[in-house]
Amino acid sequence: MLKQIAGMLLAMTAITPAVAFEPTKPVEFVVTSGPGGGTDNFARTVQSIIAKHKLMDAPVVVTNKGGGSGAEGFVYAAGYKGDPYKLTFGTNNEYLLPSVAAVPYKPEDLTPVAALALDEFLVWVNGKSEVNDIKTFVTAAKAEPKAIQFGGSQSKDTDQILVSTIAETTGAEFRYIPFKSGGEAAVQLAGGHIDANVNNPNENRGQWQAGMVKPLCVFRPDRFPKSEPVHDGKGWSDIPTCAEAGLAIDSYRMPRTVWLPAGVDEDAVKFYQDVLKKVSETSEWADYVAKTSQTSQFLAGGDFTTYQTSDRENVRKVLKREGWLVE
Amino acid sequence: MGNFSYLMDGFSTIITWHHILIMIVGVMLGILVGVLPGLGAPNGVSLLLPLTFTMDPISAIILLSCMYWGALFGGSTTSILFNIPGEPSSVATTFDGYPMAKNGQATRALTLAFMSAGIGALAGVIMITLLSTWVAGFALQFSSPEFFAVYFLAFASFIGMSGNAPAKTLVTMMLGFAFATVGMDTISGGLRLTFGIPDLIKGVSFLVAVMGLFGIGELLLTTEEGLRFDGIKARVRIVDVLKALKEMPRYSWSILRSTVIGIWMGITPAGPTAASFMSYGLARRFAKDKSGFGKGDPRGIVSPETADHSAGTAALLPMLALGVPGSATAAVMMGGLMIWGLTPGPMLFIDRPDFVWGLIASMYLGNVVAVVLVLATVPIYASILRVPFSIVGPVIVAIIFSGAYQIANSTFDMWLVLGFGILGYLFKKLDYPIAPLVLAMVLGDKAEDAFRQSMLMSNGSLSIFWSNPLVTGIMALGLLMLLWPILANAVGVRNLRRRAAGHSAKI
Repeated sequence: MLKQIAGMLLAMTAITPAVAFEPTKPVEFVVTSGPGGGTDNFARTVQSIIAKHKLMDAPVVVTNKGGGSGAEGFVYAAGYKGDPYKLTFGTNNEYLLPSVAAVPYKPEDLTPVAALALDEFLVWVNGKSEVNDIKTFVTAAKAEPKAIQFGGSQSKDTDQILVSTIAETTGAEFRYIPFKSGGEAAVQLAGGHIDANVNNPNENRGQWQAGMVKPLCVFRPDRFPKSEPVHDGKGWSDIPTCAEAGLAIDSYRMPRTVWLPAGVDEDAVKFYQDVLKKVSETSEWADYVAKTSQTSQFLAGGDFTTYQTSDRENVRKVLKREGWLVE
Repeated sequence: MGNFSYLMDGFSTIITWHHILIMIVGVMLGILVGVLPGLGAPNGVSLLLPLTFTMDPISAIILLSCMYWGALFGGSTTSILFNIPGEPSSVATTFDGYPMAKNGQATRALTLAFMSAGIGALAGVIMITLLSTWVAGFALQFSSPEFFAVYFLAFASFIGMSGNAPAKTLVTMMLGFAFATVGMDTISGGLRLTFGIPDLIKGVSFLVAVMGLFGIGELLLTTEEGLRFDGIKARVRIVDVLKALKEMPRYSWSILRSTVIGIWMGITPAGPTAASFMSYGLARRFAKDKSGFGKGDPRGIVSPETADHSAGTAALLPMLALGVPGSATAAVMMGGLMIWGLTPGPMLFIDRPDFVWGLIASMYLGNVVAVVLVLATVPIYASILRVPFSIVGPVIVAIIFSGAYQIANSTFDMWLVLGFGILGYLFKKLDYPIAPLVLAMVLGDKAEDAFRQSMLMSNGSLSIFWSNPLVTGIMALGLLMLLWPILANAVGVRNLRRRAAGHSAKI
């Protein structure tokens, strides 16, 4: 019966191709992080912008499925093959997780919709540390192999991959200590229990304002755009890029991504791409991006695929070298 | 006394009809989500969050934090009436609260719980007012070894409580640890004990376990014990509320001890769950007459409730001052802060004193509002027990299963709840204690993470747990607690007994 109706509907859309997809029941935003996490803030900001500008008639329901570093949410969405009412929010963990853990989904089980922003990574040290630039930091690390403790969020995830990349590039050796979240790594650094972390700007901003931690360099291809000073007259734009400060990693960033289950209609993907594109053009979005020091960058279709391919290749190299790859 | 004048400013900001109305609405909503197990404070707060996007930050935080207080009170209500803890931290309240309600003293149990909870919360706020600057710095001294030491202390102070069968305690505790390891491991990033079942990736939710172990287990037992399908005949009168209030001063020593434990666990920040368990364990240990515990001893209600709420309140301070959420609810609120355009962290106190002190002032007022509201409605809650079991029983089953589903929108969890229910029933039949399992499930993975992080920091040397005065002190206290029964036995058991006998003779 359902199949017949679906068939009829399909036939109708075939006759009138102008009638595009339009959600007619609540859309579920599946958030692959716990409440309060970076992905949660991302999804809820999108939700609030959609509601405010009425970009979609159907109501939105947000559910947090952050278990297993987000695997819970991706597995859940992958189970709704062809369902255009499950919009999943994540980072590059969508295609990273299946490479490092035996999770029961493949990256191909989800259809990429768009990436809306790139979150940055920086090297941070304690505010009272005598180290003021990345070169001195690396020299000190080389002098005493495995003495420097890098804290980060989770294991074999973006943070540890970056630390491993720094080690590989410079020849220094670090000890990596995984915590539950970037917030925990931030407090441990502020308390001087670890030597450094590679947190996103938003995770360390509060501590930097108070001078408890300080940034050494940022893994962006260029400096941050000009903004208000944060601490001691210094602002985000005063932070040198790691490449210019002598650490030869040009760029390391994390995309904020949106997905649909595999097998959905092209129309549905197009519809959400349009909505998200409109979201990314509002002043509220610009506000969110500025406040969290991310870079707004709308990627969809071919651009997004190209981005993923190169990101995956870079990450795979590290995973292979460290022996973390799960086949 | 800078803090005091800030606080007065805070009060002048929040004492408006608009804000007081928001408080009342928040508390009422909170009680509602707290009473429905599974919905709970974190879910309730995140459901409400989109509504606050258009509000000013102070009204928004008042609404959310009052909802939190309400949910905490609501959680105690179901613990006492139905043996179903709405929040992890109110598990310890079920140990004596439920038996007391079953004996026909539901009003007394609820009043004692609400009153001591209110006292605990106020003590927590007073501590925040007086010590905010000092505490923020103190919490920074905590790293993985210190956290492990605190969890160790919580385990140690609780361990002797089911003294009769240490082997059984050990078995259930180990089972709890095993359940806590299911899912993604923080340290290695691998999956453990998932057996290829996708639904196990997120781990076994603690709430699913307690709803099954306590709620379903209890229902099975009640049904078996002679199918008592009529309600409890006890009359519910307002006078009983007043009577219970009058006996509060008798427990001042328990309240004082629990407040200290609660505040300490809140700022360290090990959280309200550890605090309530520890406080219950200590209340039992230091009681001269232990026979009433587990059967409805008032001290077994007052102690965990006071500690739970003073810790829950005190835990908001690390969140504001350091940007570390002490609980899931605090994490949602922190997400809210960012959306409203505030950065949680050390500078919040300096940049937005109006917001911080408005919130603190609202904590005083919000808790008073909450206590008044819940005390006024105690007779209504208590009279639920007069409804025949043949009606209440099925309703509880329905609530438990829908609650289990709501935690993660997962139908698998409903099967888990059933499984835990049968386990709970068997445990009760075979006289295995459930509490150690629950404690191990709640603190197990945190303790494990902290231990393994410490080992990474020290290159595998246990000496890190004696590396500074703070961690040494907590570890020593933990060891003392662990060995206390043996020590007490060896040294002065006869002494104590004689003194206790003399004491009771005087009365």
